[in-house]
Amino acid sequence: MSILVYTESEEGKFKKIAFEAVSYAKGIADMMGTSVTAVSVNGGDSAQLGAYGASKVLEVSNDKLKEFNAEAYADMIAQAAKKEEAKVVVLTSSANCKFMAPLVAVNLEAGYVPNVTELPTGTAPFKVKHSVFTNKAFSNTEITTDVKVIGLAKNAFGVKENDTNVNTESFSPSLSDDDFSVNVLSVDKATDKVTIADAEIVVSGGRGLKGPENWGMLEELAATLGAATACSKPVSDMGWRPHSEHVGQTGKPVASNLYIAIGISGAIQHLAGINSSKVKVVINNDPEAPFFKAADYGIVGDAFEVVPQLTEKLKEFKAQNA
Amino acid sequence: MKILVCISHVPDTTSKINFTDGDTKFDTNGVQFVINPNDEFGLTRAMWFKEKQGATVHVANVGGPETEPTLRKALAIGADEAIRVNTAATDGYSVAKQLANVVKDGGYDLVIGGRESIDYNGGMVPGMISKLTGANFVNTCINLEIEGENVTAIREIDGGKETLKTTLPLVVGGQKGLVEESDLRIPNMRGIMQARSKPLHVKEAVEASAETQSVTFEKPAPKGAVKLVDSVDELVNLLHNEAKVI
Ligand SMILES: Cc1cc2nc3c(=O)[nH]c(=O)nc-3n(C[C@H](O)[C@H](O)[C@H](O)COP(=O)(O)OP(=O)(O)OC[C@H]3O[C@@H](n4cnc5c(N)ncnc54)[C@H](O)[C@@H]3O)c2cc1C
Repeated sequence: MSILVYTESEEGKFKKIAFEAVSYAKGIADMMGTSVTAVSVNGGDSAQLGAYGASKVLEVSNDKLKEFNAEAYADMIAQAAKKEEAKVVVLTSSANCKFMAPLVAVNLEAGYVPNVTELPTGTAPFKVKHSVFTNKAFSNTEITTDVKVIGLAKNAFGVKENDTNVNTESFSPSLSDDDFSVNVLSVDKATDKVTIADAEIVVSGGRGLKGPENWGMLEELAATLGAATACSKPVSDMGWRPHSEHVGQTGKPVASNLYIAIGISGAIQHLAGINSSKVKVVINNDPEAPFFKAADYGIVGDAFEVVPQLTEKLKEFKAQNA
Repeated sequence: MKILVCISHVPDTTSKINFTDGDTKFDTNGVQFVINPNDEFGLTRAMWFKEKQGATVHVANVGGPETEPTLRKALAIGADEAIRVNTAATDGYSVAKQLANVVKDGGYDLVIGGRESIDYNGGMVPGMISKLTGANFVNTCINLEIEGENVTAIREIDGGKETLKTTLPLVVGGQKGLVEESDLRIPNMRGIMQARSKPLHVKEAVEASAETQSVTFEKPAPKGAVKLVDSVDELVNLLHNEAKVI
């Protein structure tokens, strides 16, 4: 028996969410008196996973798996889970994990719960807390199947060091042509920008910025903070910003440490997407804007004055704290 | 081409979320139910296939009789037939099993669902249907073109998009981008009148146990009041020393 965790990497380096997922898997393993086995596909140095609690790493090196392929990856993870007799499979909330999780669950005839925010409250029965109603509530859900699949919510658990000796083993799943019936033709990824999914800080603008020509100041603030840029729905609907930046119930969820909302009113559908961000700052010229009720810090003021000042101040702060 | 659009019946986006019976049940009091927004994009794309490529479009929902107005709305938008699988939608896996059964019986070439429904945010039903029926699957789909058996789809990935090639039969987890929001259809009077006479089949459920069960619900802890600050100096200071996020 073990807890199996899939660790994502990019260009031979583990992502931060991989370490978070291993930390979480270790938490469950401790509760259930077992150990953590990680699956790493063309990943980084396996010892790194040991630092967070993995005692075994199944290293998969297979040219066919160089690019993510949901069906093939799901098959590989299900085979690893069976080989390790895993009772729990831990995945994350990345786009790729959300793509393959339902396939893994059916493969293993396992109950799957996404957006899990905490360690299980109990393991017999196995109960987890996860966000529902687009972060407006939580459900405590029991998984009744023998094997369980968990999708860990981003930034919900954090990374926890737990120095463990790692054994590595190479693992070659048996994959058939059926696993490759959906093929990637091309990938279009902005490599020089921080993405909303990976960002620790997100700087977001709403209709209050009046037009796309005013986004320069917001981008400068984001660049100063190493942040991703985002926007409210009307902003992307009007084509001021790409749809991929639209945050909210019908857009992307944001689970960053800091969310700075500029000229965004704070409509319920927008708030639903940012509820799981830790610290929220609002800059809005209307003291009655609903966003102030959801924020931790606020400045009532004109964005066109406040934002450039804030950027300057942060540049100074960075220079002093570099 | 025969298309099935899976329709989730969800509280409208402005609904206040409350629970009853000792926080074990969602409180539907005063809540308006709608077609899940992600499914609406899929339904509109299906209408496009119907009008431009001569597809037949059915819609299906797993749920009690209270979900029929939502299915009628889908018919008013232009779907040809509706199917309601008569059982409570308890968890994603059991809903997927019911819908997979509908897919097998109906011989659909293309099944479109939403990336996730905005109530339980499971994001699992389309993927599970694909696995249960042996069809190909594309999630977070933002563009879909079909020529004969051949499919080109674009899906959203973290930080960008990816173009995929596959074949029918296919299941899609769709979202905004499948069509533009300005292209979404509002039922007109004629559609509403026609929908009344379109078939809405009630199908009895197959045996399919739930793998997960919501035991209790909670609401996030109430937030403390916002700290309003007068200057950016103070804000930077608080973000560094108090919130410790910079
Ligand atoms: C089904 C449905 C789904 C939806 N999904 C989403 C979603 O996912 N995400 C989303 O964002 N919205 C969503 N919406 C829309 C949502 O209801 C709001 O309309 C939207 O969030 C408002 O965007 P906004 O705050 O940028 O614009 P506005 O409401 O126009 O607000 C702009 C704000 O800017 C302030 N402002 C103006 N000028 C300045 C200035 N110079 N300096 C500082 N502040 C200024 C104003 O005081 C105001 O508060 C959805 C709506 C529906 C019906």
